[in-house]
Amino acid sequence: MRILTVLFLSLLLSGCASSNWGWYVVDPTTTTGANNIRFLLSGLGNTVLLSLTAISISIVVGLLVALPGLSERPALRRFNRVYVELVRAVPILVLILWVYYGLPQVTGLAINVFWAGVIALALSDSAFQAEIFRAGIQSINRGQYEAAHSISLNYRDTMRYIILPQAIRRILPALGNQLVYMLKMSSLVSVIGMQELTRKANELVVSEYRPLEIYTVLVLEYLVLIMVVSAGVRWLERRMQADERA
Amino acid sequence: MHNHSARSGGTMQKATESAPAIEIAGLNKYFGDFQALSDVSLNVNTGEKVVVCGPSGSGKSTLIRCVNRLETHQSGTIRVDGVTLDGSRSALDTVRAKVGMVFQQFNLFPHLSVLDNLTIGPRRVRGLSDTAARDLAMHYLERVQIPEQADKFPRHLSGGQQQRVAIARSLCMEPQIMLFDEPTSALDPEMISEVLDVMVELAESGMTMVCVTHEMGFARRVADTMVFMDHGRIVESSPPDTFFTAPESERCQTFLKQILSH
Ligand SMILES: Nc1ncnc2c1ncn2[C@@H]1O[C@H](COP(=O)(O)OP(=O)(O)O)[C@@H](O)[C@H]1O
Ligand SMILES: [Mg+2]
Repeated sequence: MRILTVLFLSLLLSGCASSNWGWYVVDPTTTTGANNIRFLLSGLGNTVLLSLTAISISIVVGLLVALPGLSERPALRRFNRVYVELVRAVPILVLILWVYYGLPQVTGLAINVFWAGVIALALSDSAFQAEIFRAGIQSINRGQYEAAHSISLNYRDTMRYIILPQAIRRILPALGNQLVYMLKMSSLVSVIGMQELTRKANELVVSEYRPLEIYTVLVLEYLVLIMVVSAGVRWLERRMQADERA
Repeated sequence: MHNHSARSGGTMQKATESAPAIEIAGLNKYFGDFQALSDVSLNVNTGEKVVVCGPSGSGKSTLIRCVNRLETHQSGTIRVDGVTLDGSRSALDTVRAKVGMVFQQFNLFPHLSVLDNLTIGPRRVRGLSDTAARDLAMHYLERVQIPEQADKFPRHLSGGQQQRVAIARSLCMEPQIMLFDEPTSALDPEMISEVLDVMVELAESGMTMVCVTHEMGFARRVADTMVFMDHGRIVESSPPDTFFTAPESERCQTFLKQILSH
């Protein structure tokens, strides 16, 4: 990660010397440049909000889809398989277009860009979350269920207090991956007009004709955002381990 | 099966003294095509202590796991304190509330402190308040002699301490019957006695107990009935005096010779 960053930055710096670059568009010492940077950054809130809302929903849906996958009843397991296989097969961009333009024709209700994005991203991610939860829950020793049953805990309490807390600790790195993935995929929602980071960059490119510089800033925005999120996830992991050690 | 209830002395049991705590009749249990239990019948009276032994794979675990339905049986009947395990939810709930179980691998909840391991059942199942559950947990931790470990996590305890916590966790549900599945087999030798001491104390308090164990010193001390299993059958069932001095079957003799020789 660090090596890549260094490589990337040195590439940029060497590019600065070349006359092909027009960094003035994002030069913070000029009024225009500062305004442009502010404009680009103004999409950050939406990118984060969109991704966090979507992943919160997809975690819940993923769990609800994972549980039948662990059932002893074949019908429930089949529901899990069909859901995962179907949802996983649809490209996210297609899902976004379908939810935004297609779904209102079915429901008769117009849907705003934000929620269309949330629904599409959450739906798409839920299939992966379901698989992550299934694997995480399956990795818990059978003795834990037996001990829970032997003290008469019902299914809900067994899951809630015994199995899931242990499973979530184990899948935390995978959940972190999904969050990173979600932050990146949220850029696709720009195609339906969601004012997030990528959309802002696109709009600025249209008015300033400086795609190289503006998209470079966009790349850096995602890079920094994701490095911060990764650090946050690692911090959470360490804290959960520390909790257990306390 | 015979019952030799020398000291059925349960004072805390509500069940009538004559009604057996556990009645198993004609039990058959298959794993796929493999028959793990064949026509097993066993009665355990209230307050009686039964020690089950036999070679590995003979069906000892399967038998006691059928009693609280961690395994389901295919035919035969199991009745616990008069309640037949017929596959219904209500029968299962009733029986699980009466029966506590201690596992070879302890199966403590690793993400919960010792205290939380003990209070989760009382709080969630028996509806006790946090303070009541805590008091109850401390009472049983004192009984297994590790109250000072209440706030630690299981992995910071020795094997012997973990198993005593597991026993306390079961006792917090105030069961009428306790099942033990080789509770000392996973322990280092120097920790076996601290667990057996707790079990002896429990036996003396009048608890109905079924213990799968090869600790023959313990068996001699507490057992009312010795059961020997082989190939999914109960081969021998007799009071310890007869069992250790004059076992009837040859297989039981050989087995005893093997485990008593060291
Ligand atoms: N879940 C299972 N699936 C298939 N076979 C099993 C299962 N559990 C136990 N068995 C088999 O049943 C037999 C009895 O097992 P068990 O009751 O664990 O024996 P013991 O406790 O006396 O060592 C063994 O042959 C074992 O392999
Ligand atoms: Mg066994």
